[in-house]
Amino acid sequence: MATTDIHIQHDVHHHDDHSHDEHHEGNFWTTYIFSQDHKTIAKQFLITGIFWALVGGTLSVIFRLQLGFPDMNLEWLKPILGGWITPEGKLDPEFYLALVTMHGTIMVFFVLTAGLSGTFSNFLIPLQVGARDMASGFLNMLSYWFFFLSSMVMLVSFFLETGPAAGGWTVYPPLSALPQAIKGSGMGMTLWLVSMALFIVSSLLGSINYITTVINMRTHGMSFTRLPLTIWAFFFTAIIGVLSFPVLFSAALLLIFDRSFGTSFYLSDIFIGGEALPHTGGSPILFQHLFWFLGHPEVYIVLLPALGISSEIIATNSRKPIFGYKAMIGSMLFIAILSFIVWAHHMFVTGMNPFLGSIFMLLTLIIAVPSAVKIFNYVTTLWKGNIRFTPGMLFSIGLVSFFLTGGITGIFLGNSAIDIQLHDTYFVVAHFHLVMGSASFFGMLAGIYHWFPKMFGRMMNAKLGYLHFWCTFIGVYLVFFPMHYIGIAGFPRRYYSWTNFETFSGFADLNMLVSIAAIVTLSAQFIFLFNFFYSMFRGRLAPANPWNATTLEWTTPRNPQHGNWPGEIPSVYRWPYDYSKPGAKDDFIPQTIPYSETPESNLPHENELIKLETSNGHGAIIVEGKH
Amino acid sequence: MAMHPKKFGVWLFMVSVVMIFGALTSAYMVRQAEGNWLDFELPTMFWVTTGIILLSSATMHWAYLSVKKNNIETARVAISITAVLGVAFLVGQWMGWTQLVAAGIHLVGRDASAVSGSFLYVISGLHGLHVVSGVIFVLVVLVAIFRFKIHSKNLAQMEMCATYWHFLDGLWLYLFVFLLLYR
Repeated sequence: MATTDIHIQHDVHHHDDHSHDEHHEGNFWTTYIFSQDHKTIAKQFLITGIFWALVGGTLSVIFRLQLGFPDMNLEWLKPILGGWITPEGKLDPEFYLALVTMHGTIMVFFVLTAGLSGTFSNFLIPLQVGARDMASGFLNMLSYWFFFLSSMVMLVSFFLETGPAAGGWTVYPPLSALPQAIKGSGMGMTLWLVSMALFIVSSLLGSINYITTVINMRTHGMSFTRLPLTIWAFFFTAIIGVLSFPVLFSAALLLIFDRSFGTSFYLSDIFIGGEALPHTGGSPILFQHLFWFLGHPEVYIVLLPALGISSEIIATNSRKPIFGYKAMIGSMLFIAILSFIVWAHHMFVTGMNPFLGSIFMLLTLIIAVPSAVKIFNYVTTLWKGNIRFTPGMLFSIGLVSFFLTGGITGIFLGNSAIDIQLHDTYFVVAHFHLVMGSASFFGMLAGIYHWFPKMFGRMMNAKLGYLHFWCTFIGVYLVFFPMHYIGIAGFPRRYYSWTNFETFSGFADLNMLVSIAAIVTLSAQFIFLFNFFYSMFRGRLAPANPWNATTLEWTTPRNPQHGNWPGEIPSVYRWPYDYSKPGAKDDFIPQTIPYSETPESNLPHENELIKLETSNGHGAIIVEGKH
Repeated sequence: MAMHPKKFGVWLFMVSVVMIFGALTSAYMVRQAEGNWLDFELPTMFWVTTGIILLSSATMHWAYLSVKKNNIETARVAISITAVLGVAFLVGQWMGWTQLVAAGIHLVGRDASAVSGSFLYVISGLHGLHVVSGVIFVLVVLVAIFRFKIHSKNLAQMEMCATYWHFLDGLWLYLFVFLLLYR
């Protein structure tokens, strides 16, 4: 409990009187289960996220079997899926929709929001800003357990007789509101809403903690312009989360009232079996507005942490300062702002006023500008760098590739006229799986490979990492590239069966290729899983700073204990990207080295800063470093 | 720039609550603009509860000032009155709802225009739920004051409670004026 008390003091940077050499000998429960330590909570998020990624990936392979091999006998899946396989050995059509819905929900929320932000924001924010722990360890612990509860509720919904929610991850009413419409809109949908409500609580608790910690708990000298880009990315992500998740809560609340209390917020004059439902006068489009006001920022909640992670990894492994540090921050800020004013581009075909559509189109296309800034900055960081192809680096470069290929199709889709043809086709599926799904997933994997030594004190096997990378990288392109073609041809998403349509029967071979690639890609993840768990116990012991990085987390002991640094928290004197500085002895200068110790590499204005540095670093906080 | 981290957290929480009600009131306006809208009069009780919650903000500030000056006796009285007024506000809102029901405005109505009533109940109800959380917070602080845990040297909890309480007051004022203007 000692760490929660330290914040009462007036100067939150002074933790010196709190000795961290003392041992916090917790029992098994307080150390591993109900831990308030940010590193343990991060690992809990990571393991839960990996579990859900496996579930979500397996679901996608099951429905890819249906799409790629429509005539296949799926009798052999009966032991797992039971009644969801029809007597003819086919996938139950309604269960197919449930699979698609659950795949989306799990991947977007549980894996790429909780698994990504939850893991790396929790792990890296205190370590990289120089704090003992999060602002509130208790709320942080609650954040994980709300997530755990939420994911358990979702898991339970798989075992309902009527199956989990099946109205798509966007849960548009009236489909999601009426149990008569589809089996999944019964109890499954109720559990979906409960689960999401818990998830929103978890996400808000996490975000509030992240923002508070970044703003209030930085160590001496860690000004905002000296923050690593990872922290900037997590910071913006958390702000987007605080502003957008409450809106999803409102949308879900009104949906709950429509479903359970008979109000008509979203439901309007529906006849089922010739009989009118009591609902009247509601507007289903209203739900879409509210949903996408969260839904679009959510895309950046998923993507920004991955971009931050890759910025850090690419700079470190190119042995070069990140190109355009401030442009990177500016573009993330711009993306964060724009993310709130483009939501209606998901709704071009809802009968929206074309003039309004053109405004949303303009705003949407503007996102290409900051995104391009980021891509150019990645490429120019790599340019003439002394590149080290670590597995983390490969996955980061893979992210840049997906961000580009997926981003370009975003320009097509953002056009309200072209969207009429492409809306709800596999073109959309290809677009968002590349730009947001795969890119973020690669960012997550890159982060795991890069920070595994800090998390578990051991190295992951690089050879297996390369194998994992190439299988996944090629696999992902083989899965999603063909989808562009079938999408342009008008092939609709979420269709259980397409063999009855003459137009689409020509795509049987492409669909088969996609399905095979999906199976191979999923299988390749087991290489990673083996590597991850094997290295955790048997991996080579990690050196203190395996990648020769400059940031603060590598100044901690190999296995940082509760409180992160034994003794004083180090002070920071420079920005985090002093790689290959001309004149310097090594090709990196950690943030903790004062300018007074590096006269050989200082720039003139940096020599000016020396006299502001005192031996204990307490003077350094006044200085805003110029880069 | 550094601030008490938990106080900062309370501010961020309030931001997210603002977003919830921002979403609900925008939904209200969008739905209203589509027509088919039942005009309603706000129950007279809502005027009374508005007065009550304004008064409770004043007593909350009184409690805060007393704690700051270490007038623990006065603070006990003031925070107790605040808690009672908080409960009174909730009771008043409930009575307001019964007035609405008497006026024929229900959560679920039979015709298309009844959705305005649904909005009224959901918005005031969700605000009431937040006031319940506020009252619980006030009670926690009340117990702490009675046990001499809160005094001029240990104000953080008191300040957070006061901030949240004034926020709930301000939020209701916004909702009340909004509902008055956009009936």
